[in-house]
Amino acid sequence: MAKEELPGVLILDIGGTQGVLENLAALLKKHFHLITMKEFLENKEEMSKKIQSVFVFECRPTIDRELLESLPNLKVIGNSGVGVDHLDLKMISSFGVKVTNTPHAVADPTADIGMALMLASARRLVEGCQIAVSPDTKHFAVDWLGVEVTRATLGIIGMGSIGYKVAQRARAFNMRILYHNRNRRRKEEEEAVGAHYCEKMEDLLQQSDFVMLIVNLTPETHRLIGKKELSLMKPTATLINISRGAVIDQDALVEALQSKVIRAAALDVTYPEPLPRDHPLLKLNNVIITPHIGTATVQAIHMMAEEAIANILAVLNGQPIPSEVFPK
Amino acid sequence: MEGQELPYVLIDCIGGVHGVYEDHVGFLQKHFHLITMKEYLENKTLLSKKIRAIYMWYQKPVVNKELLQSLPNLRIVASSGVGIDHLDLNLLSSFGVKVSNTPFIVSTDTADLGMALMLASSRRLVEGYEMAVSPDTEYFPADWLGAEVSGATLGIVGMGTIGYKVAERAKAFEMKILYHNRSQRKKEEESAVGAVYCKKIDDLLQQSDFVLLAVNLTPQTHKLIGKRELELMKPTATLINISRGLLVDQDALVEALQNKVIKAAALDVTYPEPLPRDHPLLKLKNVIITPHIGSATKKTRRIMMEEMTESIQAGIAGLPIPHEVLP
Repeated sequence: MAKEELPGVLILDIGGTQGVLENLAALLKKHFHLITMKEFLENKEEMSKKIQSVFVFECRPTIDRELLESLPNLKVIGNSGVGVDHLDLKMISSFGVKVTNTPHAVADPTADIGMALMLASARRLVEGCQIAVSPDTKHFAVDWLGVEVTRATLGIIGMGSIGYKVAQRARAFNMRILYHNRNRRRKEEEEAVGAHYCEKMEDLLQQSDFVMLIVNLTPETHRLIGKKELSLMKPTATLINISRGAVIDQDALVEALQSKVIRAAALDVTYPEPLPRDHPLLKLNNVIITPHIGTATVQAIHMMAEEAIANILAVLNGQPIPSEVFPK
Repeated sequence: MEGQELPYVLIDCIGGVHGVYEDHVGFLQKHFHLITMKEYLENKTLLSKKIRAIYMWYQKPVVNKELLQSLPNLRIVASSGVGIDHLDLNLLSSFGVKVSNTPFIVSTDTADLGMALMLASSRRLVEGYEMAVSPDTEYFPADWLGAEVSGATLGIVGMGTIGYKVAERAKAFEMKILYHNRSQRKKEEESAVGAVYCKKIDDLLQQSDFVLLAVNLTPQTHKLIGKRELELMKPTATLINISRGLLVDQDALVEALQNKVIKAAALDVTYPEPLPRDHPLLKLKNVIITPHIGSATKKTRRIMMEEMTESIQAGIAGLPIPHEVLP
């Protein structure tokens, strides 16, 4: 099939700091005629009709009303990643355009990062590394201690695919697992990981040594964890966030950490990303932050592109769509 | 206490960087009359005959021939942790002194740390943290990637208590697990964690994405991993050491890491500890080192202390000693 006959897919750019990775672009080119934002803007008249899909990578390009109005043949926004809080689902739907995400590709690597953050925080791994290499270190103090992960209580808020995979991993550490979710999971699913349902989030917060947030960001989960929730947590507890920064009231979190209302936090996500360089979270020694790397593996990035491609092709070919996202 | 004096037990010191924990002293003093090294040296004549046991906390006090000769009534040395490579078992035995360690209590914390190191290394957690907090960071680049742990192949060298607990944890990450051990584990034990035995360590080294060392240090395992073994590993593989620094030929490791013969290393243990401040391992980007914290949790250290107390009591009473180490 000649390049121009393949369906046109709009992307921000190839390569550079924010563009689609080169090897992913190669994957996309097998199925699509890739059109960069620059090419589109330079030749709107011709390109606009060709574009049937937008491949959104790292939340780019931004999908606004103006863009949607200029793409008359747009059928689907194929998002790389599972979170769609950066997309105005209602507005997109009003143009008759579908939205798809990639829930399967993200699950394992994101669950792994949740476990990595919990272990690193509990055992003070980052601090330990700093001591091990510091020019000032003369000996290793024997009274330098962390807290146990094995047999501790993990409270999972949001028991979707990722939450469930975290539970599977935590079970192998003999952790006691509590979970809070919009809906209760089936009995067999609970038993398989030894998870106990907490209908009230308060019960989970009060009993957990580690609280892990694995929810979608929606108007309902915005600032789900605020001053009240933090003060319900044990003073020895750690908060871990692998969802979206805005699920936590960040100012309340800073205060809670400074006043030792909770022991520590480990965040793969903040609001914004990156945080301003003078933000208090960057200075607290009971916080570890990672730069939103939940799906940052060679394997996951590749799988996400493949999953997005499959979703886009399904829409364009009028086939059942593996992962469509609907507005509420 | 009238009539019955508590047994005299020698310790190095209380508090500070190396000493017995202040919050353990209360418990210990219920059972023993603790004598610090300083007190002992100031009053050798009176104290030397009274000391029945040594509470060796993190390899202190150091027990040598001279000390053994001056403690005629010493019955037992209780050593903290599982490793006993710092003890001369034959020497102690020649003086009729028994030895105990705390082998099992350290196992879950150490296995947890092994997993923590593997995840941190693979996902570049420490680098990522530094980027997240660096004053120079303006954005998070899209092409900054680590490698997946889930579904990868883990080769465990040494499938004792700790190695097996690592396998249990790794299985939940759907890792393919290979292991090398002096002897093969029972079939049910292998099946429970999906572990495949590699009689030759070479087979394990060639197939693993992560090689984790969970072996005792003995004369036989000294420099178990040298230039040859590192070259057998995949260039994309990571070496994780939660055992003893001397299992690895450190110079060979530095060279292998510098030349990208292997991808990375994550070490809770080195030789010596700490490393000299100008050691090349401290400067390599593809190495993370933690300060020997395998069993460093409050709970575990407390239980270690209680187990050592039990062993000392048994040793002094001439009863069977829990966790005795035989030469």
